[in-house]
Parts: sequence; C-alpha cells; structure tokens
Amino acid sequence: MNRMKCRRCKAPAVVEVRRHNAAFCRDCFEHYVRAQVVRAIAHYDMVGPDDRILVAVSGGKDSLALWDLLLDLGYRADGLYLGLGIGEYSSRSGDVVRAFAGERDTRLIEVDLAGEYGFDVPTAGKKGSRSTCAVCGLSKRYVFNKAARDHGYDVIATGHNLDDEAATLLGNTLRWQTEYIARQFPVLPAEEGFARKVKPLYRLSELETAAYAFLRGIDYVVEECPLVAGNTQLRYKDAMNQLESTSPGTKAQFFLSYLDRAAPLFATQDDAHLTACERCGQPTTARFCAFCRARAQILGERLGGPSNEPVVIADLSEEVMPVELYGANP
Amino acid sequence: MKVKLRNPDREVEVAGERKVHDLLGELGINPDTVLVIRERELLTREDRLGQQDEIEVRPVISGGGGR
Repeated sequence: MNRMKCRRCKAPAVVEVRRHNAAFCRDCFEHYVRAQVVRAIAHYDMVGPDDRILVAVSGGKDSLALWDLLLDLGYRADGLYLGLGIGEYSSRSGDVVRAFAGERDTRLIEVDLAGEYGFDVPTAGKKGSRSTCAVCGLSKRYVFNKAARDHGYDVIATGHNLDDEAATLLGNTLRWQTEYIARQFPVLPAEEGFARKVKPLYRLSELETAAYAFLRGIDYVVEECPLVAGNTQLRYKDAMNQLESTSPGTKAQFFLSYLDRAAPLFATQDDAHLTACERCGQPTTARFCAFCRARAQILGERLGGPSNEPVVIADLSEEVMPVELYGANP
Repeated sequence: MKVKLRNPDREVEVAGERKVHDLLGELGINPDTVLVIRERELLTREDRLGQQDEIEVRPVISGGGGR
C-alpha cells in the first residue's frame, strides 16, 4: 500500500495539506495546527497570557477546535453559547458545547436568544427584512460583545478560518465594499464599547480545522444549519474551492497576501463616530443600534420613547451600521 | 463498500477496490471539502479502499452569519 508519508517524521500520513505540498501523521498534524495558531496570535499580538478570553462557540468544528487549542496553549478561555432556537439543530449544538465544557471543567456562559430578547432565528427570518443568516450574524455579534463587556472579558475569540475569510474577502471585493474590506482583519482592537475581537484560526483551512477536531476526539455538530441553504457565503466558498482544486494555495494567497500587501491600502477610511444606542447602550453609529432596530421590527415594536421622535419601521431595513464594525462575516 | 454521505445523511454501495481520490471523483466530490473516515481513522487521497470497507465522507464546509 502506497500511503502518503508524514513530512516531519515519515510515518504514515493521515492529513494532506495540499497548499503546502505536505502531509502529516496525527501527532505532527496537531503540532502543525498549534504552530499556525501560535504564529497567528504572535503576529497580531492577539492575546496576552493574562487576558481573559471569551470564545464564541456554536458547537461546530471551528469554534470547538479553537476553544480546545486555546486551552491547550494555556490561555484563560471560557465559552459563550448563544441558543438560536433552530429546533433539533440548536438542541444538539447546545448539548455538544455543554459536554465539551464539562469534560474540560471550564466555564460556559449560555444566552438564549428567545428567552433574553423575545425572538428566535427562524422567526426573525420570517418577520424581519434581513435574511435569516444576516439576523443570525447580527444577533451573535451583539450578544458576544455584550457578554464580553458584562462579564469582564478582555477579548472575544471566534473560529473564523481561512476559508471563511477568503470567501468574505471575495464577496466584499466583488462589490468593492471598501469600508468592509478595511475592517476585515484577524484582530480588531477594543474601542468605545467594543471588546477586542480576534480570529486565531485565520491561517487554517476548513479541512484542517475539521481534521484537527476529529483527531482530537471532539464531538462537534457535523450537520449544517437547516436554514443556511442558498447562503451567499457558501457560493463564494464553492467558487474558491473550485479554484483551489486546480491551483492549491489560491485561498491562502488571496487572503494572506491581502493582509500583507493590500490591507494597508484600505485602512484609512474608518471615520465612523460611535455613540451609545438609546435603547440598550451598546455602541452604534446611529441613534439605535442595528440589533435593536432589527429586534423592534421582528417584534412589531416602535423604537423611541415619548420624548423622542419614533423611528419609522420602513426605515429599519437600512443598514446604517456596517456589519463589519463588529468584525464578523456578513 | 458502503459509503456514508452526510447533509443529508444517506448511504451508497460502491463495488470494487479503488483509491480515495478515485472514489471521490466518481461521486463528484472535491477532496478539499471532505474528511474521509474508515474505522475512526482519517484517510488521504492515496489510501486504497477495499470491497468490505465502511467509509464516511464528512463535509467540512460550513456557512452562515458568523461562528
């Protein structure tokens, strides 16, 4: 049997990393993954040894792999799980996240979207003007930031991987959304009510985070979100994967070269002035933050009190606040 | 061999031995988008599959509004 050999130790390989023209055995692959995360953290000074990190965990491979890696590297990393109310999918997600935290005896903060804010994601997709994925992402960014501030964490870590970042950059570039491109970076520093946000997996592909999670014995949710069909991000990923299949390394070159060579060219346009949302106090560029506006629309409420001019519901579909101010994917 | 596919879960029967790379090609699956698992072990493209093997082809692509 002609098995691939590990680049480091020549043992039989279990994971191939085509863009590096390499394959690794189990131990050497875990070493490779840790090295990529250590390099990412060091290069952008993402977290310090005393920082309290809040890891946004969904139950998927990326966020649980990230939590595992940060704990393994000795960081003070707790988890935050947001219950989205997507039937069996959310039930299973919550179960695997709780099991992960229990096995490692580490803290998990849970927030239930319906219990805390009065709506779940399936309802939001039907009643609001935003797509299901858009309101889901908006809710996550809002809750993650609020939880980090409420519980005194220094930094929020998310499991965005190389495929996520390359697909997002492709989408933003196709539309030349320069203000979004300017803020697509592996670290967003803390500012006026926003906790620092970091993406330590940005050097690792989706295949690599999945292989790492599998090899580490992490029970993660393999099933795709039932509401994600037709998601634009998936179409961009598909396009990138087609390029990658004939030209390994395309994704990495596209995103990592953007960071090295193109990002500085976009990094001058951020003149957004942040103020406190009149409803919830979270930072926003408008009178009310995007989350409060979306929530009001979903619940059929009007924003603003007796002393304020009410916001017209028809205006709520306008995205005054750039999504990327929160630093996650659109 | 039995091949378990995910999202949605289903199973297909494939006759004869072949490499992982060839199996994925016949199924129209990009090797960069899946883990191939046999008896709780990961396989690479060059690994050979036997007639009696039970294989899981697990997608790694996820999408949505954030992590």
